[in-house]
Amino acid sequence: MDTALIPKGVKRCPIWQFALWISANGAVLAWGVFAMLLVYIKGLNQTNMNNAYGFALWIWADLAVIALGGGAFFTGFLRYLVGKEELKYIINYAVLIGFICYSSALMILGFDIGQPLRGWFIFWHANVHSMLTEVAFCLTCYFGVLTIEYIPMVLENRKLDKVPFFHNLGHNMHEIMAVFAATGAFLSFFHQGSLGGVPGVMFGRPFGFREGVLIWPWTFFLFTWSAAAFGPCFTIFITKITETLTRKKLVKDNVIDLLAKISGWMIFFYIIAKIIDTIYWATVTAPSKGFTFLEFYTNNPGSAYGLWILIAEIGVCGVLPALILITPKLRRIQGFLWLAVFLGVIGVCLNRWVMVLQVLAVPVLTFEDWFTYLPSWQEVATTLLPVAYGVIMISVSYRYLPIFPQERELNPIDEPAAAAREVIPEPSAAGPEPELSPAES
Amino acid sequence: MKNGNFKKFGMVIDLDKCTGCGACMVACYAENNIPFREDDTDKMLSVSWMHVYRLNNGKPFPDYEECFLPRPCQHCEGHHGHSPCVSVCPATATDYNMATGIVSQIYPRCFGCRYCMGACPYHVRQFNWWDPIWPDGMEKMLNPNVSVRMRGVVEKCSFCVQRYQLAMDQAYMEGRQEIEEDDYQTACTETCPAGAITFGDLNNPEHAVHQLAQPDPAHEGRPKNPKAFRLLERLGTNPKIYYLSRREWVRRAGDNYLKGEFQNKAHS
Amino acid sequence: MFPFSFEWIWDAGHLVFHGGLWYALTVLGLGMTYCIIKAVLDAGKGKGDHHH
Ligand code: SF4
Ligand code: SF4
Repeated sequence: MDTALIPKGVKRCPIWQFALWISANGAVLAWGVFAMLLVYIKGLNQTNMNNAYGFALWIWADLAVIALGGGAFFTGFLRYLVGKEELKYIINYAVLIGFICYSSALMILGFDIGQPLRGWFIFWHANVHSMLTEVAFCLTCYFGVLTIEYIPMVLENRKLDKVPFFHNLGHNMHEIMAVFAATGAFLSFFHQGSLGGVPGVMFGRPFGFREGVLIWPWTFFLFTWSAAAFGPCFTIFITKITETLTRKKLVKDNVIDLLAKISGWMIFFYIIAKIIDTIYWATVTAPSKGFTFLEFYTNNPGSAYGLWILIAEIGVCGVLPALILITPKLRRIQGFLWLAVFLGVIGVCLNRWVMVLQVLAVPVLTFEDWFTYLPSWQEVATTLLPVAYGVIMISVSYRYLPIFPQERELNPIDEPAAAAREVIPEPSAAGPEPELSPAES
Repeated sequence: MKNGNFKKFGMVIDLDKCTGCGACMVACYAENNIPFREDDTDKMLSVSWMHVYRLNNGKPFPDYEECFLPRPCQHCEGHHGHSPCVSVCPATATDYNMATGIVSQIYPRCFGCRYCMGACPYHVRQFNWWDPIWPDGMEKMLNPNVSVRMRGVVEKCSFCVQRYQLAMDQAYMEGRQEIEEDDYQTACTETCPAGAITFGDLNNPEHAVHQLAQPDPAHEGRPKNPKAFRLLERLGTNPKIYYLSRREWVRRAGDNYLKGEFQNKAHS
Repeated sequence: MFPFSFEWIWDAGHLVFHGGLWYALTVLGLGMTYCIIKAVLDAGKGKGDHHH
């Protein structure tokens, strides 16, 4: 039915399977949209945020997807500016993932503010000294860059490509992509950093506050760095999941290996910097405000802020993936590669969680106690919304656009006639729902 | 303003006088059109510009002691007007006024990102989770000099800035350049039956607040009066609310100290 | 965002911040304009008609 739209020389599942898959995700999407409408119409009283937790699940989700989407700018930087040619085989997917992450972030920010209709004030009445202002500007501009990077992919669709204007447009955009990628890297450097600056400049919050250089607290650099380091982990992680679900090899091992290696070294140096930062903060910064390091952690029942969180973030999800990824023998073993990128993704998400929520949970006034928070279903639904949206975006893009340049070579179709027949693979063990796997292909 | 005559309005609250009656809170609600809900028991969701905390010394009877601590906005100056909340607001919706030292909040411009709430260590800033609904007829009793706020914006104590404006208008009509100490007093100050709250210009040596707190300009206003302290002074927020107490444990509760630090400070 | 909004000050902060912003926007804008105009011209020349 839609064969005319499917890229030449590749195999895709039958349309009914695809439709089933999309509807399953569509249901989650619809639930999220419903919750989003509730929030828009009734206001933020639909959440479990309160006067102590002005930032909560959403801001964490925002910071997390932006960090994970960092794979796009960093891969682009490596491919276009450093000249790592092999990465051209994965850059498309990195850009698509980045595009999804950033559009999600903007969507979340849209309903996270108390007066959505005044959202433009952040641009119009910009306070250039606020980290959030910089985030808003760079984020929006960088989303523009990602859109520019994504458009040529869309234009490569078989049907669209037949239109001469589109064909030429895509071609021209490819030609000067390095300019766009450079601008994207510039913008990313600043907004990733400014997101780190958000807690870093809060000198009323000793858990988040850090010294730094000029106007930039250390968290500024740590956030940029960690996004560049862990972003590629997410790109690899999603690539691996896509390969599993489609049961096809989509990107050659040497490409993944290169990206994994770079990511590994980035994490390695990041985690050293993070450890130094933590030690300095725990022994110098915090005590100068009258806090001992251990006062920032609690094992009270019901609070999720024990010391384990620091050990998990730095040790299990920082040092460990770094060591795996920088050791060629280990990262070439599929199981270890999976483990490393998974831990990396968790690690950067944990870091963002701590830097948003724990900052607010720690009591600062001596006569206050730890604050607790559990998201409402509306918050959870709206946070799952981008996930469902992402899956749908990836599925549609994968089906109709030549996202993986190596797919044809890695999965030769013997005879076109056979292709049409053997498209229904048996359910795989990868996902909880059996229909998940074939539908992706 | 002329000749660099900047004012710095501030408050001194004597905690040994405060009985915890809460009249200041009520006065504040009435003066500033603060919204409340039918069930306002969850204090993490309600708006109260003036909040009275209840502290204790953590000792068992008979050594048990209590203290009530009223907490308005501290109108932090930070370093050179770099208040924790003002510096972070992306939309310039809150401002540090160098002429008065008042930290203002511009409701129609706040778009509710809540960054300022996170930045304020005193939990002074509160969010309007709901639109205000007044009991029937009560909207006729609202203060016409204070705008009501809509859902989705942050609000906080303004030092009754409308009263300052009225006092300035009055002085102007009477051909005066300056306002007197009594011309501008906040609602809580006027209401407190125990006389625990004093309000005035910290820069003016004739004002009671100056004499009580004895702010040290060389140390960003740190009080020279040994019985006075400011909340979380060590964070560098440079607040303009001074607290007085003869009781050491109360003064200690005002800030975080490592072991032994407070004693050393007291002796130095 | 613009010099005519009233909180604008001509200080280093505003110049650096908005300088960077407008620089990035200009690069993106000019880049896209170039691509689109060239695509129209190329299409006029018949490029891309019978490729593949
Ligand atoms: S007490 Fe809080 S709201 Fe008031 S000026 Fe200080 S930081 Fe801002
Ligand atoms: S909530 Fe309002 S006042 Fe507070 S930082 Fe955001 S825009 Fe500014």
